Amino acid sequence: MKGLSQENAPIYEALKAYKENRTVRFDVPGHKGGRGNKELTEFLGENCLKVDVNSMKPLDNLSHPVSVIKDAEKLAAEAFGAENAFFIVNGTTAAVQAMIMSVCKSEDKIIIPRNVHKSAINAMIICGAIPVYVNPGVDKDLGISLGMSVEDVKDAILKNKDAKAVFVNNPTYYGVCSNLKEIVKIAHENNMLVLVDEAHGTHFYFGEDMPISAMEAGADMAAVSIHKTGGSLTQSSLLLCGKNINADYVRQIINLTQTTSASYLLLVSLDLARKNLSLNGKDIFNKTAEIANYARDEINKIGGYRAFSKELINNDTVYDFDVTKLSVHTRDIGLAGIEVYDILRDEYNIQIEFGDIGNILAIISAGDRMLEIERLISALSEIKRLYSKDKKGMLESEYITPEVVLSPREAFYARKKSIPLSKSLGEISSEIVMAYPPGIPILSPGERITKDVLDYIYYAKEKGSLLTGPEDMTLENINIVEGL
Amino acid sequence: MELWYTENHTENVRFSIKVNKVLYSGQSQFQRVDVFESEEFGRFLTLDGLMMITEKDEFIYHDMIVHVPMAVNPNIKKVLVIGGGDGGTVRELTRYETIESIHMVEIDKLVVDVCREYIPQTASKLDDPRVTVYFEDGLKFIRSKKDEYDLIIVDSTDPFGPGEGLFTREFYGNCYNALKEDGIMVNQHESPYYSYYLNSMKRAHRRIKEFFPITKVYQAHIPTYPSGYWLFGFASKKYDPVMDLKEDEWNKLRLKTKYYNTELHKGSFAIPNYVKELLENE
Repeated sequence: MKGLSQENAPIYEALKAYKENRTVRFDVPGHKGGRGNKELTEFLGENCLKVDVNSMKPLDNLSHPVSVIKDAEKLAAEAFGAENAFFIVNGTTAAVQAMIMSVCKSEDKIIIPRNVHKSAINAMIICGAIPVYVNPGVDKDLGISLGMSVEDVKDAILKNKDAKAVFVNNPTYYGVCSNLKEIVKIAHENNMLVLVDEAHGTHFYFGEDMPISAMEAGADMAAVSIHKTGGSLTQSSLLLCGKNINADYVRQIINLTQTTSASYLLLVSLDLARKNLSLNGKDIFNKTAEIANYARDEINKIGGYRAFSKELINNDTVYDFDVTKLSVHTRDIGLAGIEVYDILRDEYNIQIEFGDIGNILAIISAGDRMLEIERLISALSEIKRLYSKDKKGMLESEYITPEVVLSPREAFYARKKSIPLSKSLGEISSEIVMAYPPGIPILSPGERITKDVLDYIYYAKEKGSLLTGPEDMTLENINIVEGL
Repeated sequence: MELWYTENHTENVRFSIKVNKVLYSGQSQFQRVDVFESEEFGRFLTLDGLMMITEKDEFIYHDMIVHVPMAVNPNIKKVLVIGGGDGGTVRELTRYETIESIHMVEIDKLVVDVCREYIPQTASKLDDPRVTVYFEDGLKFIRSKKDEYDLIIVDSTDPFGPGEGLFTREFYGNCYNALKEDGIMVNQHESPYYSYYLNSMKRAHRRIKEFFPITKVYQAHIPTYPSGYWLFGFASKKYDPVMDLKEDEWNKLRLKTKYYNTELHKGSFAIPNYVKELLENE
């Protein structure tokens, strides 16, 4: 990587040179720079189609990088303070799965909070790792799950000395951070690796006064969704590795499932996003935090809503808070978050990230202008005026402590049968059920279907959540493990 | 050498004015602001290249946006103007001695500063003691107001750009809330002629209808606006703009107007069939 600095963008530079070179194309993709699909070219733009190419010598190869992709990954590693970085084009899902599969084989234990993204549960179904669940902290008022308490992690570690790794969600979708540094310390003392799902934490590496990033805290691997708040294209992501990790083995693991036709649109977007974050990240996230703080203050002035922030910090399950997340508790105006989410979209033409039972989340980024922020605030003010009602009868708690009977893999591949959801009380689920977004399982394979779980599913359905996961997409029926 | 100002009224239609000289050109946080001087229209103000007012035809717009509601309820005492940085709307309002206070909320201070300096014809009354000018987002300003105004005039730019928030459901709802029980809201309602703004015009109309029991549109002929044909929206909690017109009362005020009169008032609510259909089909 001689002579390269953060001002460079090796993939971008190589693609530009390739385009200017006007190479004759007798390779895939068959649209040949867009000529073969005029309507698509008109819609997406000629430039875009011209650089939608396949790997070739001057452009390197994602599964075996030796030139420009290798350089770009090195620059990314440098920017994020990691030993190695991998560009991922199958979404952060692939990055999370690569982390778990890199450190766990079948029957290996992994200490993991139950409120993980489904990608982590799916990784365990694939590789056969056995989860040791740590219940996250819960904020009863807000009805959200928090970070993991250090004591709980320590306890799990001491009771499972043979576990291979500790998995941490940091920050959570809502912006809650655990005491990462301490968790890393305890894990390392017990010869366990620390994997961090940092999907929502790109900005921790570049902003000022942000919670500590995974790499800085000494974690061993981190999955970072650059596309979420870092400005790259949807589906592009980054997997970071620390010095304890054999990066060549990680590449083999990634290549087990990652496409061999990596999109250069995604790759170049990662390259340019990294450059932009490196050069301008501080300003970008200062502005983001400023906008989010302003919006929070204004929303709290409306009354009834609670736009929460650092006041949640309790030095344990909320060790720190990411102020760029605009999370608002809505239950006190008598509306479920999902209802506010729907009203905002249907009546006010405002699309936010998600609404769950008690909260909504709006993503704030450097792309926002005050104009739109004022619209969001005013719309919330109007929703309160026009739609608020008595909050009696609203479901309170969000986190349900699971009763785990089988490992995810055992349950998923077990002999199973489909029965009506209404008759499933007490059975063991063989599949995952979640509201998407946020994509955190209500029920994981191997868990008992309890009354709390059923109540929650029916309530979420009634309020309009999109419930996903089961074979039966209507969720009238559910697959249960037979013979238990 | 010839210097021409050209605005694309659609992708295929252009409108040009020969310009003598450029008096001001600047960029604010929100938009580009230009003032030109021309033979035909005198001085004129454009924002992001779009025509706002000319000295020659601004009287039509300002007469219609102010005198129509004032003739329906001559007891209006407290007025809120959203936008209107050129000052023309405020100028017409200050002619009513019965009005006690005028709040003008303009997001862009540069527009006001530039108009004060180069277009005193419209900006001359901004220093009237009854007038308070706030430089902030109209949507934000109105959020905290309740039962406060007799009249709200939305004198905005087009629905794409800094004026976007003023064509939204959240804004109209807030306006409804900020008006007293017999309050009136008047807004510039775009043109129904070219399709470019048609959808936002229709959507805005539908949203106003959701809040106000009485909603009508009225029209005026404004030579320098796209198609030369412009609509205004009249929304009210209580008064019908034609049935409740206080003709005698208004005429007794003996205000000299160049465009507006109470006969024209009634006629302006008689809209062409194609516009009726557009709005009814909403």
